[in-house]
Amino acid sequence: MTSSPSSALSLRNLHKHFDAGRPGLLRRDDRLVHAVDGVDLDLGRGEILALVGESGCGKSTLALTLLGLERPTSGEMYFEGTDVARLRGAALKDMHKRIQMVFQDPYESLNPMMTIEEIVEEPLIVHRSFPTSDQRRARVIQALEDAGLKPADSFLDRLPHQLSGGQRQRVVIAASLVLDPTILLADEPVSMLDVSIRAEILNLLADLRARQGISILFITHDFGTVAHFADRIAVMYLGRIVEIGRTEEVLRAPRHPYTKALLSVVPVPNPRLRQKRTILQGETPNPIDLPTGCRFHPRCPIAEDRCRLTDPPAVTLSPSHSAACLLIENDK
Amino acid sequence: MTDQPLLLSGAAFWKSFRRNRIALAGLIMLALALFAAVFAPVIAPYDPAASVEITIDSIYARPSAAHLLGTDDAGKDVLSNFIYGSRVSLTVGIFASFISIVIGGTLGIVAGYLGGRTERVIMRFTDIMLVIPDLPLTVVIVAITKPRLLNIILVIGLIGWTTTARLVRAQTLSIKERKFVLRARSIGAGHFHILRRHIFPLVLPLLVVNSVLIISLAILNESTLSFLGLSDPTVVSWGQMLNYAFERGAMSSRAWWVLVTPGFGIVWLVLGFTLLGHGLEQVLNPRTEWHHLTDHPLMVSLPAFPETHP
Ligand SMILES: Nc1ncnc2c1ncn2[C@@H]1O[C@H](COP(=O)(O)OP(=O)(O)OP(=O)(O)O)[C@@H](O)[C@H]1O
Ligand SMILES: [Mg+2]
Repeated sequence: MTSSPSSALSLRNLHKHFDAGRPGLLRRDDRLVHAVDGVDLDLGRGEILALVGESGCGKSTLALTLLGLERPTSGEMYFEGTDVARLRGAALKDMHKRIQMVFQDPYESLNPMMTIEEIVEEPLIVHRSFPTSDQRRARVIQALEDAGLKPADSFLDRLPHQLSGGQRQRVVIAASLVLDPTILLADEPVSMLDVSIRAEILNLLADLRARQGISILFITHDFGTVAHFADRIAVMYLGRIVEIGRTEEVLRAPRHPYTKALLSVVPVPNPRLRQKRTILQGETPNPIDLPTGCRFHPRCPIAEDRCRLTDPPAVTLSPSHSAACLLIENDK
Repeated sequence: MTDQPLLLSGAAFWKSFRRNRIALAGLIMLALALFAAVFAPVIAPYDPAASVEITIDSIYARPSAAHLLGTDDAGKDVLSNFIYGSRVSLTVGIFASFISIVIGGTLGIVAGYLGGRTERVIMRFTDIMLVIPDLPLTVVIVAITKPRLLNIILVIGLIGWTTTARLVRAQTLSIKERKFVLRARSIGAGHFHILRRHIFPLVLPLLVVNSVLIISLAILNESTLSFLGLSDPTVVSWGQMLNYAFERGAMSSRAWWVLVTPGFGIVWLVLGFTLLGHGLEQVLNPRTEWHHLTDHPLMVSLPAFPETHP
């Protein structure tokens, strides 16, 4: 497989495994945590792609690998059509400038001792983007306004603890915008915020995509937040994408039993759309000892014997929709 | 440790510092001592270096109008010696603790931040230094290298960094895990930038509090050395005054003033630094509540008199 140049980011069979044992003098533990275990994913230019999955399925690890903060164990990453493994020096640095991340917790992701100006200016200093402090300040003010903090001047000298959670998250977003990224990785950017503020931040992100054409990989464990917002949804289970498709395809006609189970417990405003609830049984997934065959079979309500043996390939359901389940034909 | 916006502006810091009586008391005590040390030639009625003619009456003379705190075994004015002695204590305390803080702070930050093999090597070394009893080691090294002021400073400084290294390492470990450090890495910041902008500013308050306590330990160490006879013979120090007093029959002469005066000086300085340290700790880290009966991790138990030092 190759990457399509129209993608901002393409992942091919990406793996990230961690050592299971804590490093120590005498310990030897050869087992691995399969945090990311064979991910194929394309993020289109200017697209909002939601990555949905339970806690521990490897969403954050995937994001950190894309940022270059974790080295992939194997697999390929293409940034705007170029193999990242081949990038060196300035080109690699430029790629890291183009991919920025918004973290989950706006209370923790700002240094309490730095002013808002220092925080938003920091990426410019790290990348030596503007030679003079006047230019940097102008860029900082622009980014704060793009992130919806107006008037920007009034925020410059403030400290994080003087801002509300929503404002802090806007500061984080502003700091990720100053370098003119083409890709934003947003790891649960609203889950720590009040419900009333969530929509504002989501609108801001949608706005950035509309105005600046930024591609957004939006990580969440909650289908509710992405329904009106994402173009496509990818469902992740134990380190792998098990279903991906356009938002309405996945929400209206989920095909993987895991997606179905997740969706069946999402509160739906319209009672006629409500399905029978499928509560997943069994242990929470353990990425150390992966199940044989289909990794979902121990918890799957419709698993058959062959699911224990064969790791299902992705089945194409429409040009934009695919799911990795052996039983998809029977399901029709 | 929690957020510390207090440290950010000098004015805000001073405001809450002023309201802290403990810190203020310590600061005033130290300011007086510093004043005495700096202006010793002006304040002291006699010059300790000048030779005096000794008569039987001038040895261990009781306090009088001419000698407010009496004289010592060599007929010298105890008050003048006392005032000049503060210079040695403060010099050794400040410079030796500076060495300790720089070494301990650097090793602690590097170990905590880099982790892995570097951390294991540094911390193993620290543990070894920690189990070797400081005083015998100091005594041996100073005895070998001649008791000059510079040597004393170096030895005390080079030995006294272990607690700092451990505290700073622990603090660094917890700061390193905070999300804003991950965010800094995600924007492409290098190690040096992260250490300078994110780790060090949050280690600094701890370092400030710790250095004040380290100074008082260094002062005690110096006094102990001098008391044991390992003092720079060219300058007067409080430990040395005690040493002479004990060795040259102050006890049998009932010359209490030669004993009490230097002891008072040592206690004064150590107490001043301890109070300032505790006060600073409360000011810089207002959520840390400590009680005088509980062991605080930053507390170093301070003997009140040099001979009780281990
Ligand atoms: N540095 C690491 N060393 C070892 N294991 C790790 C490491 N980082 C993550 N893991 C493990 O990898 C798995 C995936 O973790 P990850 O943080 O990517 O999950 P997540 O999907 O983001 O979960 P959440 O929704 O809770 O944030 C987990 O089992 C986690 O324990
Ligand atoms: Mg996560």
